[in-house]
Amino acid sequence: MPEATFLDATELVINMGPQHPSTHGVLRVILKLDGEKVNGTECVIGYLHRGVEKIGENRTYQQFAPYVDRMDYVAAVSNGLGYCLAVEKLLNVEAPPRAQAVRVILTELNRIASHLLWLGTHALDIGAITPVFYCLREREEVLKVFENYCGARLTTHAFRIGGLQYETYDGFEEEVRKFCDWFIPKVDEYEELLTNNRIWVGRLKGVGVLSADECKQYGVTGPVLRAAGVAWDLRKAQPYSGYDQYDFEIPTAENGDTYDRYTVRMEEMRQSTRILRQAVDRIPSGPIMGKVPKVVKPPVGEAYVSIEAPKGELGYFIVSDNSTQPYRLRVRPPSFVNLQALDRMVRGGLVADVVAIIGTLDIVLGEVDR
Amino acid sequence: MISKLFKNVFLVDLFQGLWVTFRNQDPKRIYTEQYPAERPKVGERYRGAPRLNINPDNGETLCISCNLCALACPENLIVVTSQRNEVTKRKDLTTFTYDTSRCMFCGLCEDACPVDALELTQDFEMASYTREGAIWDRQMLEEGPKPTQYKC
Repeated sequence: MPEATFLDATELVINMGPQHPSTHGVLRVILKLDGEKVNGTECVIGYLHRGVEKIGENRTYQQFAPYVDRMDYVAAVSNGLGYCLAVEKLLNVEAPPRAQAVRVILTELNRIASHLLWLGTHALDIGAITPVFYCLREREEVLKVFENYCGARLTTHAFRIGGLQYETYDGFEEEVRKFCDWFIPKVDEYEELLTNNRIWVGRLKGVGVLSADECKQYGVTGPVLRAAGVAWDLRKAQPYSGYDQYDFEIPTAENGDTYDRYTVRMEEMRQSTRILRQAVDRIPSGPIMGKVPKVVKPPVGEAYVSIEAPKGELGYFIVSDNSTQPYRLRVRPPSFVNLQALDRMVRGGLVADVVAIIGTLDIVLGEVDR
Repeated sequence: MISKLFKNVFLVDLFQGLWVTFRNQDPKRIYTEQYPAERPKVGERYRGAPRLNINPDNGETLCISCNLCALACPENLIVVTSQRNEVTKRKDLTTFTYDTSRCMFCGLCEDACPVDALELTQDFEMASYTREGAIWDRQMLEEGPKPTQYKC
């Protein structure tokens, strides 16, 4: 029997990650390659598994709040909002209007920060170096607002069950307004750099197409679903935290390719700015904390609350057995569900597109592995 | 043709490119921090190194050893021990240990403190050469970290 040589191999199996810089963390993808063509992938996750759901069962409701920030650490504020809303639903309390308005402002700022980081790193993966510097510069302004508001930049722990812990600081509204005015020209600047750039369009158009039906089958949400033409946004579909008072649009696209996901996210940043402008103008006065007992002991029952996080539908399912700790806490992370579609999007494409597709899914491995 | 010559002679493209460069040199928008030389100014509410406040008049601790911070902490990293004072009928603080190596600076202990004794301050330089150095005792918590200041 003749010895098989390297050149005889028709299918080559290689590892991408977990140290690969453009897997955005510790994702390991096993690629089956036929030359440059990808015949199949397999994702290996769990390198960042910390057992967040189990930790939740061993902490009181208030104590668990800082941990949710550490799942999607790029959008910690949205995570906190989802968790607080879920516990509030169990307790049957609602945050006061002032707290709701401030929550909306902070989550929208966080959406902008998350999309900026996505844009910077995604462009960096494709080969455009400039946007990452611009994006992180603008993100810095958002993080400064967070730092002034709650004292932390990334893992903010900004919200508490029933409302807010911190009152807004002097000049908060002014700072957000200034940010909105300053930020819109910056988005135009990114678009100037990328939207009609030939290399950018060539690398993204028609890559990683995911049709609306496939999105629904996989349970993919967020900008990926909207890029396929489905105007599904939980802020409109099931408004929470007073989102029904704000006037904004759901940006959609038609083809569901990587380029469309880019345009959808760019437009989402503009819409977020629009919500911010409206929200700052009408922050009502009043208390910031609802009537929540010092020891949170929700009645027996279960609650599922999902919110529109920057990456998609973020859900919290909590079962309470009338003790101070949740009986079971389950998180539905958008990144984990969206990552399932990776194989479908990559299969049949080129190996260079894998990087673009992982970037466009906008996954955070802290959230995938939990 | 003429315009192309004009562009070539006066290096229009070069200056256009340089204009973009200089447009981004606005000193107000420089985000690089010259860290060891200049300490960054952190937010007023920054959650950094913990501090156990003392009464500035008599140097006594403000802590009433109620143990609420230890109960609020998600990581159970605060240990408070106290002794009953027979004269004042109050609890006197004996030791207060705070393990900063496990702390995630969520601020729950600070919120729980009824007398504002425990506070997360604006200090952020808490590095230590040993693991034991990250476990702060009462004296360390009252004095705060003393990082080396570097001057360029």
